[in-house]
Amino acid sequence: MRKVAVIGVGMTKFGLLFERDLSSMAVEAGSLAINDAGIEKKDVEVLYGGTMSGGLFSNQEHTGSLLADRMGLNVPSVRVEAACASGGLALRQGYIDIASGMHDIAVVGGVEKMTDTLNTTKVLATAADVEREAVFGATFPGLYAMMAKLHMHRYGTTEVQMADVSVKNHANAVHNKSAHFQKEISVDDVMRSQKIADPLKILDASPISDGAAALVLASEEKARELCDTPVWIAGSGHATDTISLHDREDITTLKATVAAAKQAYGQAHLTSKDIDVAEVHDCFTIAELMAIEDLGFVKKGASGKFTSEGNTKVGGKIPINPSGGLKAKGHPIGASGVAQAIEAVLQLRGDAGKRNTGAHTALTHNVGGSGGTAIVHIFKR
Amino acid sequence: MAIPRIWRQIEEKYNLVGTLCKDCKKKHFPPREVCSCGCYDLEKYRFLGKGEIVTYTVIRISSEDNEDTPFRNIPYVLAIVRLDEGPSLTAQIVQCSESELMIGKKVEMVFRKLLEKGEKGVIQYGYKFRIA
Ligand SMILES: CC(C)(COP(=O)(O)OP(=O)(O)OC[C@H]1O[C@@H](n2cnc3c(N)ncnc32)[C@H](O)[C@@H]1OP(=O)(O)O)[C@@H](O)C(=O)NCCC(=O)NCCS
Ligand SMILES: [Zn+2]
Repeated sequence: MRKVAVIGVGMTKFGLLFERDLSSMAVEAGSLAINDAGIEKKDVEVLYGGTMSGGLFSNQEHTGSLLADRMGLNVPSVRVEAACASGGLALRQGYIDIASGMHDIAVVGGVEKMTDTLNTTKVLATAADVEREAVFGATFPGLYAMMAKLHMHRYGTTEVQMADVSVKNHANAVHNKSAHFQKEISVDDVMRSQKIADPLKILDASPISDGAAALVLASEEKARELCDTPVWIAGSGHATDTISLHDREDITTLKATVAAAKQAYGQAHLTSKDIDVAEVHDCFTIAELMAIEDLGFVKKGASGKFTSEGNTKVGGKIPINPSGGLKAKGHPIGASGVAQAIEAVLQLRGDAGKRNTGAHTALTHNVGGSGGTAIVHIFKR
Repeated sequence: MAIPRIWRQIEEKYNLVGTLCKDCKKKHFPPREVCSCGCYDLEKYRFLGKGEIVTYTVIRISSEDNEDTPFRNIPYVLAIVRLDEGPSLTAQIVQCSESELMIGKKVEMVFRKLLEKGEKGVIQYGYKFRIA
């Protein structure tokens, strides 16, 4: 396999973008990434686009063709779907493509237009097992709430510890102009916010956002020719687990995360101790706590205390979600996995402004559904 | 939802019919085509409908589309129930007060209305659970 680098990044602002549609956001992100790479559109040989459901959110499928058309590119274009991990998986498929030698330059992106429907909660529930979970009344907040309940019961994790995740991620997003929210919140705000599914409250949840994000990937030869600051993909992992939460032996751990991380660490010849900064899938605060355990940054059950002690802040032992995470940067489903990679690249280039951590090695972690898919990438400068 | 889709799930959703692997004797719910041991030789198996709560939540915000139940009937209790025979499932817990809810609590299956699509839509029935 060949080495692959990220040579360009671009994203729209995340948020309630009522004036934008699916393709206009994707074109903006893609064009920004191409500009950032200093290449021309005609240099792009293939597109990979992650999106969960053009069909259910905006009545539009066949987004592979649509986005290539709107970009003005008649190249092979692949739509990739793995629910909330669609973006991370698009990155991985683009990586595999370039690594294999099939193409030299790819644009990989992710996009979601979530605010064109009133049925967001129902559409999101299709990422669960529809016939075995959703028809019985399972919602995404509900599934993560059930994980939180058992995590609290078993390990003594508290609602305040979960709130600390949200407070930290909102504080980080204040320095991120692309974020959905640029507003600090307090533990009290979280504790007083409306309950969605006990013990989770609105301020434990990622918001419903529109947005797109894109990267330009290049083979080693092209990257060295075109770019002074390539960021290398050192490891890539992808694992699946049962789609239904109830079929798992232990619902306080995502086995897919553990497995994907093992692959990525193995390929990069690194361990969790070598990671300087991570963007993890915090669709709900409990998900960030479980992620830092499953990725090996802290032992099982210790994430709440570790977070409340400030170890995951920028400047702490292992900064988690300096971008603001899904919680505060926003969670346009298909775009999130790609936006995580953008933050990793900005961190490694030292281009993250006040969020800079001076990292040499960064990890991204993207989850589909309640853990049916997990994608982990490791980046090095 | 199209009627055949509801009809073909009647055994599973009304009567908790799953499968039993003739090879390794593992019981599955919902029914499977192939066992995790690799065996395709499975027979129908009806679960008794008794189990315990593994974890639960009270759903308080749901879809903005308030045409459909259960979403119309918030708040409602959602749980993962482990059946005495082994497999687990996701279901609502009914006829209980929040103070009765506990991890480990014994529950039993009841037959209830699951989904109702507006005034004219087809009504779908299936399992829910109550405190035993
Ligand atoms: C929690 C949730 C139901 C709230 O949606 P809602 O009740 O429709 O909220 P509204 O749009 O009415 O917003 C009300 C206010 O709360 C704010 N808000 C909504 N969701 C928020 C969130 N998650 N975090 C912070 N603030 C939020 C809005 O900005 C708005 O503020 P304003 O009045 O100052 O403008 C929704 O954000 C949600 O479903 N999140 C989870 C998404 C999800 O499951 N993603 C997939 C994960 S795998
Ligand atoms: Zn078997």
